[in-house]
Amino acid sequence: MYAFDYQRPTALSDAGAALSADPEAKALAGGQTLLPTLKQRLAQPTALVDLSRIPGLSGISAIPEGVSIGAMARHAEVAASALVRETIPALAELASVIGDAAVRNRGTIGGSLANDDPTADYPAAVLGLNATVVTDRRSIAAADYFRGLFETALEEGEIITRVDFPRVAAAGYAKFRNPASRYAMAGVFVSKTAAEVRVAVTGAGQSGVFLWTEAGAVLASDFSPQAVADLVLDPTNLMSDLHGSAEYRAQLAKVMLKRAVERARAM
Amino acid sequence: MNASVSSSVTPIGAAVRRKEDFRFITGKGRYTDDLDRPGQAYAYFVRSPYAHARIRHLDATAAKAIPGVVDVLTGADLAADGVGDLICGWMIHSTDGSPMKMGSHPALAKEKVRYVGDHVAVVIAETLNIAKDAALAVEVEYELLPAVADLATATEGEQIHDCAPRNTAFEWELGDKAATDAAFARAAKVTTLDLVNNRLAPNAIEPRAAIGEYDAGDEAFTLWTTSQNPHVARLVLSAFVGIAPEHKLRVIAPDVGGGFGSKIFIYAEETVCAWAAKKVGRPVKWTADRSEAFLSDAHGRDHISHAELAQDADGRILALRVKTRANMGAYLSTFASSIPTYLYATLLSGQYDIPAIHCAVDAIYTTTAPVDAYRGAGRPEATFLLERIVEKAARERGEDPAEFRRRNFITAFPHQTPVIMCYDAGDYVASLDKALEVADYKGFPARRAESEARGKLRGIGLSAYIEACGIAPSAAVGSLGAGVGLWESAEVRVNPTGNVEVLTGSHSHGQGHETTFAQLVSSRLGIPIDQITVVHGDTDKVQFGMGTYGSRSGAVGMSAIVKALDKVEAKAKKIAAHMLEASEGDIEFKDGKFTVAGTDRSLAFAEVALNAYVAHKFPTSEIEPGLKEGAFYDPTNFTFPAGCHICELEVDPETGVVEIKQFVAIDDFGMIINPMIVEGQVHGGIGQGIGQALMEGVTYDSDGQLVTGSYMDYTMPRAGDLPSFTVGLTQTRCPSNPLGIKGCGEAGAIGAPPAVINALTDALGTEDVPMPATPAKVWAICQARAARQAAE
Repeated sequence: MYAFDYQRPTALSDAGAALSADPEAKALAGGQTLLPTLKQRLAQPTALVDLSRIPGLSGISAIPEGVSIGAMARHAEVAASALVRETIPALAELASVIGDAAVRNRGTIGGSLANDDPTADYPAAVLGLNATVVTDRRSIAAADYFRGLFETALEEGEIITRVDFPRVAAAGYAKFRNPASRYAMAGVFVSKTAAEVRVAVTGAGQSGVFLWTEAGAVLASDFSPQAVADLVLDPTNLMSDLHGSAEYRAQLAKVMLKRAVERARAM
Repeated sequence: MNASVSSSVTPIGAAVRRKEDFRFITGKGRYTDDLDRPGQAYAYFVRSPYAHARIRHLDATAAKAIPGVVDVLTGADLAADGVGDLICGWMIHSTDGSPMKMGSHPALAKEKVRYVGDHVAVVIAETLNIAKDAALAVEVEYELLPAVADLATATEGEQIHDCAPRNTAFEWELGDKAATDAAFARAAKVTTLDLVNNRLAPNAIEPRAAIGEYDAGDEAFTLWTTSQNPHVARLVLSAFVGIAPEHKLRVIAPDVGGGFGSKIFIYAEETVCAWAAKKVGRPVKWTADRSEAFLSDAHGRDHISHAELAQDADGRILALRVKTRANMGAYLSTFASSIPTYLYATLLSGQYDIPAIHCAVDAIYTTTAPVDAYRGAGRPEATFLLERIVEKAARERGEDPAEFRRRNFITAFPHQTPVIMCYDAGDYVASLDKALEVADYKGFPARRAESEARGKLRGIGLSAYIEACGIAPSAAVGSLGAGVGLWESAEVRVNPTGNVEVLTGSHSHGQGHETTFAQLVSSRLGIPIDQITVVHGDTDKVQFGMGTYGSRSGAVGMSAIVKALDKVEAKAKKIAAHMLEASEGDIEFKDGKFTVAGTDRSLAFAEVALNAYVAHKFPTSEIEPGLKEGAFYDPTNFTFPAGCHICELEVDPETGVVEIKQFVAIDDFGMIINPMIVEGQVHGGIGQGIGQALMEGVTYDSDGQLVTGSYMDYTMPRAGDLPSFTVGLTQTRCPSNPLGIKGCGEAGAIGAPPAVINALTDALGTEDVPMPATPAKVWAICQARAARQAAE
C-alpha cells in the first residue's frame, strides 16, 4: 500500500468538494474492491474520502414506485431487508449471492455501481429493473449510466446517494460463477412489467453489463424457459479468456436466462 | 493401580485430538513471520518481468539513495563473496552415460534471467514499503530473448542454459527395453494413450518466509525459515552454497503452515536473507506475498506422456511402454531430477503383475518456475498414467474395469516389479472389493439411468493406486544418485521427574507429529501424552535429521523413536533390577511399570527415571547415570501404501459443471497411530487430487507470463466444491518397519485424479478429457459429443 491522506467528512457537500478538488482522490464506500487494490499497490490515490459518516446515504425505504436503497447500504442489509424481499425479492436474492459473507457485510451498492466491474452483480439488477441511479447532482437512468468496462456516467467528484428500483410484476436472477474468482461469468437478471420484459447480462460482455433485447422480446410474448431454449446470444462482443470462450459465455447466458425465468415465475 | 495407569495412556490407534491444535486455532502458533529480531530490516526482491532475457545493465544508484534503504545487493555481490549456486541434490545420468546438465542457478541472477519472477536483486530497507519503492528504482536494462514456455516444443526453442543443448537436462530410461519390445511384438492387443499431467501450484496456507541473522561475536548465522527439513537446508547452505560452516549456521523451522513438498527446497530468497544478514549487519526478514508464491514456489507435475499397454488375448497385461517429457522449469530445483525418474518410473507397475516395463523420460528446461516435488511427487503422475490406460484397456475389451484390474493384480508377496521396487505386502483384491461394495458399484447402472432421465450424464471411475513411501533405504537411493541418505534420527530424553522430551529429525508442518509421536511414547512408556513434548525443527536442538516429505515420518521417523525407546527401556530395566534387587532378566516392563516377573514387586516408570538421575541405587561403574538415548534408523525398504478409490459424478451438459456425487477411498496404510489424523490426511489429499482433476492448472502464455498468478485465475478447491468423502481402511501390516506403518500423507492426491477422470471419461464417452476438466472444457466436449451423435 502506498501512503495516502484519509478524510472522513460528515457532509455530502464536503465529500463532493474534496473529490472535485483532487482528481487523484478516491471515494471509499465498502472498500471491497478498492482496499485490495491498494494493498497490492495497483492504485495510488492521494486521498481516500470515506463516505461512512455522511448521513442520508444508508438505509432502505419505500417509495411510491418501489424501493429506494441508500448508496451505503451493505449487500447483507439488502439481502435481509423485509422491504426489499417483499417489493422485489429477486433483488434481495441477488444481493445474497454477491461475493462471500465478508464482502456482503462490508460492500455497498453505491460502491459496486461506481466501480462498475464487468463481472459484478448489481449492474444486472440496475439495468434489468430499469432503476434510477441518484447522485448528489442528478438522476441517471440505468440505460445512460453504464458506459463500458469500469466506465460510468459519473462525473469527476460525483457521488451516488441512492438507487431507486421500480416494482415489477416478476423478476429473477441467476448467475454462473467463475470457478476461481467466484465473480459472475454470466449473470442474468430478468424482469417483467406490463410494458416489457428486460434481460440484463453481466459478467459476459466485453463492455460490461448489457441488455439482451432479443431475449426480452421473445419473453414478452411467452414468459417461459421454453421460449428461450433456441435463442443464441451472439458471442461477438463477449469476453473470452482462460476460464471460457465467448461461445461458452453465450451458452451460460442462455442457461442462466432460463434459470432466471424459472425463478421469476416461482416468486 | 494398573487401571489408573493404563487409563492415562493414549495408545497407538486412539483417535485422540491433536495436541498442537489449541495453539494453532487460538492464534498462538509461532510462524516465521510472527517473529521479529532486534534491528531487523526488510528484504524485497527485484524480480524479472520477462521470461527470458540477458541483463545488459543494472544500476542501483537511485534505489540506494532513497532514504531508509540499507542496501541493494545483486548477483555480482554474491559472486564477490564466493556464494555458490543453488544445487540439485540428485544426480541423474542420461542413457548415454552423461551426467545431467545442471544449469547454473545463482540465488541472484548474473547474466541472465530465465523465468518471470527470477531474482535479479534484493533491496534491504528499514521498512517493507521503502524496500518496495526502492525496488522500482533499481534500473535494469534487459535484452529480451525468446521465451520457451511450451513444453511440447521446448527442445526447438532458444537455448536457456549454455550447458544444455535442446534445453534437455537429461534423457533417462528405466526398464528392459528389449523385453518390453518383445512383449509388444507378441501382444494380441495394444492400448495407447496420450496424456498431459497438468502443472500445479502448491499453495501452502503459509507463504514462504525467512529471517537471517548474523552474530558477529560468535561469527555464526541463524536462519529462521519455513522449511520441511531444516537440517538439509543447513547442509546445503553450508556444504554447497557456502553461506557458513555447518557449526556456524543454525536453521530453525518454527511452526510451519503446510508444505506439500514446496518447503523442502533450498530457494534463493532464504539463501539471500542468511547471506545478507552478515553483509548489512542487520537481521533481514522476508515474507512472500501470495503473488510471489505463485511466481517462485516450485510447481508440481507438468508431464506430457505417450503410453502403450500390451495385453494378451485373455486380457492379461504383458508390458507397458512409456515415453514422458517432464518440465523442469528454468532451473533444476533441489530434488527436481528425482521426481520424474526414481519417484515416477519406479511406480509404473502399480498394483499389477506386469512382466516388462520400459520408461523413457526427457527432462526439459523451459522459461518457467522450477518444477519439483509436490504432494505425491512423481507417484501421482505414474498412477494417473497407469490407471487411465488400464481403464481404457478394459473399456476397449468391453470389460468391467474392476474385473480387468482384478485379473492383473499382484497377489503374492514379496513381488519384484521390473522397475526396481520390491513390494513387501498388500492385498489389492481386498481394497477393490471393499471399495466396490461401499460405492454400491452394482447399483450404478440404475443411478446412471436416473441421471439420464434428468438430462445429466453420470459416470463412475476407479483408481487402484500404489505409492512408495518410507523414503528410503540410504544405500539404495545412494546407488540411484541421491546426494544424501534418507534415514531418520530420534532422541528420547527422560527427565528426572519422569516426563519425556522426544527430539526428532522429522518436521511437522500440519501432520500432527506432536500428537502421534507422543502417542507412540505414551503407549510404550505408559505415561500420559501431556507429559511428552516433541521437539523438532531446530538444528541446535536436534542433532541431525532428514525432515518430512514423501509420507516418511511415520514409517521412518517413528521407527527411529522406537529404536531409541528400545534403548531407554533396556537401560531402565538395568536400573530397575538394581532397585528391585532382582536380576535384569526377571524384569518385565508393561503399562508403565517395572515388575519382577511372577511377583508383585514393581516400580513406576517415574521412580526408575528419578533413580537414573540421583544414581543412588545402582553402581555407576557399570551403568552410567541418566536416561537419554538416541538412534538413527535406516529403512530396509520403501513402504507400499495402496488402495482403491472410486469416483462417481454427474455432468450437466448445458454448463459443463461436474458434480461429484460420491467419492469412496479405501486405503491400506498398514498400522495406524491415530485414525482421525489419517482420515484428515486422506481428506486433504483427495481435495488436492480433485483440485488437479477439475480445477487447478498453472498456465503460462506464449511469452512466458504467468496467467494464473492469483486466486482470481488459479482455481483452488473450496469445501463447497467437494462432496463428503467416504473413507475406509483395509490393513496389511508393513513388514519393513517395527510399527508396521506404511504412510498416508499423499495417497489422496495420488489416487483421486485418475478416479475422477476415469469417471468423467465414462460419463462423456471419450478418452480425451484434459485436466483440469473445467466446466468450459467439459461443455466443449459435450458439444462435440452432441454434434457427433447428431451426425450418426
